[in-house]
Amino acid sequence: MASADLAPGRREIRTDAALDWVAERGVYLGLLALIAFNLMFTPRFAEVDNIRLQFVQVVPVAIIALGMALVIGTKGIDLSVGSVMAISSALLALFLGYGPIVAIVVGILGGATVGIVNGLLIARFGIQPIVATLALLVGGRGLALVLAQGRLTEVFDPTLGVIGSGRVFGIPIVVLVALAVALVVAFLVSRTTFGRYLVAIGGNPEASVLAGVPVRRTLIVVYTLCAILAALAGVIQTARLNASDPSFVGNLIELSAITAVVVGGTPLSGGRVRIIGTLAGAMLMQLISATLITHNLPDSATRMVQAVIIVAAVFIQRQRGSA
Amino acid sequence: MTTSARGSGDGQGGPLSSNAVASDDAGRVATRRERVAGILQRAGALVVLLAVIIVASLVFGGRFASVDNFLNILEASSFLGLVAVGMTFVIIGGGIDLSVGSLLALSAVLAAYGSQYGSVVAVALPLFVCGLIGLVNGLLIARARMAAFIATLATLLFARGLAFAVSDEGNTIFHIKAGLVVSALGQESLLGIRLPVVIAATVFLAGWLALTRSRYGTAVTAIGGSEDASRLMGLPIARVKVAMYLVSGLLAGLAGLLVAARSSSGQSTIGVGLELQAIAAVVIGGTLLTGGAGSIAGTLAGVLLLNVINNVINQVGTLSSYFQQVVSGIFLIVVVLVQRYLSREQRLVSEDQNRGQP
Repeated sequence: MASADLAPGRREIRTDAALDWVAERGVYLGLLALIAFNLMFTPRFAEVDNIRLQFVQVVPVAIIALGMALVIGTKGIDLSVGSVMAISSALLALFLGYGPIVAIVVGILGGATVGIVNGLLIARFGIQPIVATLALLVGGRGLALVLAQGRLTEVFDPTLGVIGSGRVFGIPIVVLVALAVALVVAFLVSRTTFGRYLVAIGGNPEASVLAGVPVRRTLIVVYTLCAILAALAGVIQTARLNASDPSFVGNLIELSAITAVVVGGTPLSGGRVRIIGTLAGAMLMQLISATLITHNLPDSATRMVQAVIIVAAVFIQRQRGSA
Repeated sequence: MTTSARGSGDGQGGPLSSNAVASDDAGRVATRRERVAGILQRAGALVVLLAVIIVASLVFGGRFASVDNFLNILEASSFLGLVAVGMTFVIIGGGIDLSVGSLLALSAVLAAYGSQYGSVVAVALPLFVCGLIGLVNGLLIARARMAAFIATLATLLFARGLAFAVSDEGNTIFHIKAGLVVSALGQESLLGIRLPVVIAATVFLAGWLALTRSRYGTAVTAIGGSEDASRLMGLPIARVKVAMYLVSGLLAGLAGLLVAARSSSGQSTIGVGLELQAIAAVVIGGTLLTGGAGSIAGTLAGVLLLNVINNVINQVGTLSSYFQQVVSGIFLIVVVLVQRYLSREQRLVSEDQNRGQP
């Protein structure tokens, strides 16, 4: 928002401190509360199968949210991730004849291409992130449908089957992939120059330019990374479902991912990236819908509750500084 | 919030861009070019629209260029058009409203549901609820200072959830019984033109008047241009913004009501992605997403352009309808790139650095 918050009255300062404390840890507190609730009221919640299921189901959103966190860290946004998922899923099905490895690589390269286009439009041509990625959301979904001729394709392949439902020491492979992604992203953000640049751009684009940060290159890399992660999520989703359906894969996932990032404490105004918070945010949203579903609340109620939680989370956060 | 002197409108650090430098070098010649660029930017969508219509008429002849087909295009445009008028105000005012697609569906469901109790309920119920949700959007954004993107994203979810809840998770499709007055809204004609078109045209006219001739329109433009300056000038920012989102919600509700009346039923699954189409139409129409500048006439051209493209793609029987989306995406990029170039020519560097607003 364009305005700075008016200075808080003296009386509000203590409330602000309390809110600060909650806002900092809100997502973890929420997660804990939800787990506690489920332990008490949901039968079989603590069983290994259920825990595994929850983790597997959160993987696509979590992976995309990690990429989204990077983008939001630069004060940007990427609406095209769902369409990128659809494109990589369609390409995967299309190229499966050349072997699973080739198909996966093609799928991810296809996604990366979209990311590069996003990055170029934003960094080179100065188009606002929301418009550029909106265009690719619309066009990308169309492209995926054209590639797949609008049809659902069943995908049967032993290698993909292993990726989709295999386990190592009881841990699903997709969860391990998500963990690896999280580690890499965390490393990039906290231990590399790239990470510093990224946060600097989000914090103050002009100062970054003056300080000699390679703004354009960094932005292009960030959007490409985000798209690669979305494509990876597309591959995982396809492998898990044994099917590629470009009209449904990744629909509206951009909203879930953005929600996870924001609920996880990364401000939409950029300049900060929270990896663990993002993962917790994704898990929180997953657990909310799982809880509501197991307690027989209909899908419609789930959406409405999610809406209220988004508002509440952001409302608490925006108290802190003028986000 | 800082606005740098020139060229750095990229939001994301394009101040080194060659275009900006070039326009500086152009020196005096630029003034005329600036004016031409300004006109083109404002009328760009109209020019493209006319070009597409002419080309399509030449290629498809009577199949495209017939009165019936044009009336069809107009009718198809009327629903998106209503939503886009509200969106134009919101975007000029520096915000965004993602909830309109869900509101349209919710309104259609409520209209069909309410029609059991008569036409008055069928009209009043959806408008009341959509207006209320629009009001909540406005309060969250203007009073609670939430980012418009997030607040309306939440109401997007909420309204869709409510639409599903009313319709038994989408399993019940309410029908509007034949003969009710409310059906006439969608199905009758006035002087050979269908009522949705008449209503949309009226709303466009009213929107144009409100934006260009009323104090409210000036206030919206001012707030979108610089909220801080507007506050210092004493504009009632919160009230203007709340009204903006309220109207956007109401118009989405009106569009949903007309869709229900037209099809005699209310389905909870319609309108997904409509918000993006509306934003695209507004942006194609020359309204800057950064706020502070834009036009209703441009939005009209943008809406018509999108629908003409759809119509043309449907005429080309061999092209799958999925190309519609690809072409819409490409159009959006092209138009924005052209706008970007033109506004740089004008040195109308009106973007400030706060993308925080999306």
